[in-house]
Amino acid sequence: MSKDVVADLKRDHIAKLLEKGMRTDGRKFDEPRQLIVETNFVGSAEGSARVRLGNTEVVVGVKLILGEPFADTPNTGVLTTNAELIPMASDTFEGGPPDQESIEVARVIDRGIREGHAVDLEKLCIEPGKQVWIMFVDVHVLDYDGNLFDAANIGANAAFKTATVPANRAGLGDDYPLPVLHQPISVTAVKIDGKILVDPTHDEERVADARLTVATIENGNLCAMQKGLDGSFTADEVFKVVNISRKIGDDVRAKL
Amino acid sequence: MGGTPTDLKLIDENGRRLDGRLPDDMRPLKIEAGVLSRADGSAYVEWGLNKIMAAVYGPRECHPRHLQNPERALVQCHYNMASFSVDDRKRPGPDRRSHEISKIISEALTNVVFTEYFPRTSIDVYIEVLQANAGTRCAGLTAASVALADAGVPMRDLVASCAAGKVADTMVVDLAKEEDNFGQADIPLGYVPRTGDIVLLQMDGDLTYEQFDKGLNMAIDACKKVYEVQRDALKRRYTARSIDAELSGDSPDAVKEGM
Repeated sequence: MSKDVVADLKRDHIAKLLEKGMRTDGRKFDEPRQLIVETNFVGSAEGSARVRLGNTEVVVGVKLILGEPFADTPNTGVLTTNAELIPMASDTFEGGPPDQESIEVARVIDRGIREGHAVDLEKLCIEPGKQVWIMFVDVHVLDYDGNLFDAANIGANAAFKTATVPANRAGLGDDYPLPVLHQPISVTAVKIDGKILVDPTHDEERVADARLTVATIENGNLCAMQKGLDGSFTADEVFKVVNISRKIGDDVRAKL
Repeated sequence: MGGTPTDLKLIDENGRRLDGRLPDDMRPLKIEAGVLSRADGSAYVEWGLNKIMAAVYGPRECHPRHLQNPERALVQCHYNMASFSVDDRKRPGPDRRSHEISKIISEALTNVVFTEYFPRTSIDVYIEVLQANAGTRCAGLTAASVALADAGVPMRDLVASCAAGKVADTMVVDLAKEEDNFGQADIPLGYVPRTGDIVLLQMDGDLTYEQFDKGLNMAIDACKKVYEVQRDALKRRYTARSIDAELSGDSPDAVKEGM
């Protein structure tokens, strides 16, 4: 209850600033927060990255184990994405089985890297129908100040770039780099009082009317999208977000 | 996605799809409103080979209680696929996919319901997929908004929903199962025809900017067609009711209660 009151007050504050063309942290509407990426952060993982996007901090770990392929895709490795919104990261996260929020986060990240072909899953096949690499992408949220989608997506891309396939451990020859194909970068924007703000903070997310995530690859093509929250977008607003995403996607790729 | 079997031609020389449709043809859509007796509102949709039932209970007391909102009703959608609805038996119960679909459909419906009229309550929307053939989230959302209207829940408008996608490098609407499995992209859309608002939007696959532009507009046009079928279903249901009521001398409400 008290949280709702605070959210109302903050909403007024955020909305008043938006009228003047300002955001609470001084950014422009289409300006993402500072991005810091540190790869190979976890030695026990095959690939990992610690990503700070403003105050949001996530660690993404990639593990590969041997297993069986799905019956309908005998020639491809398996990609499994999971997000842990642990209580450490926010007073709004609770322990226990994943809720709808963390499932959506994981599935949107998964869609971006799967549909954008971040990893060449066909190269993770060892024996068709029998044995493939199963790749687990686990997102651990340490500090939640909004926009988990993009922080985790960037973390996954960064982790893939430095990941190795642990073939030696499995007695399958020398280790080799994870076969990376593309870098699908997602960019999330929210709509507050008709204004489009990219890379929302936690406060901005909490008062947002609608949210849209767009993932693009190097050639500017779109590979995944997800609209969220109760509000709506016009078609023009959707294209505005798409254009911003293509631009920021290029900027992020240049940093990885 | 995965590899396309080489003998499967998703679009032939004449520009026709596997089931003979042109790119902007939808599959046959039938909607019936008010088909269940216990639910406050309901709708049954047959869309191509999809068979989907939607039921609405509420506004009623909100469970779990900590989710109660003192200012608004909570629209809670529960999307579920029957174990026999797909070729390989689906394990019963909610999986991650259905959790996500429930969430985005709840959000799309919340946008059109006057939730401020019913503080602290829950409006529960149940979507059961009995037979699935691609496009079940769109069909489910389409059915759910008719069920909400049938339940008498005050709404700004119905949400109409249909997907567009890319098949054999061609933009098409309302993908059928093979097109979904072997196609190149999918854009499910939920649209409010009266306001032009987009309340549900997802995308997966590979699209250029121009293809997305074309696909989104095709999906919007398809949603407008869906909307006509939705309205027609509601008109048929309530025209029939009022004639019955006149003949028997009962009020329409008495008929709805099954008296």
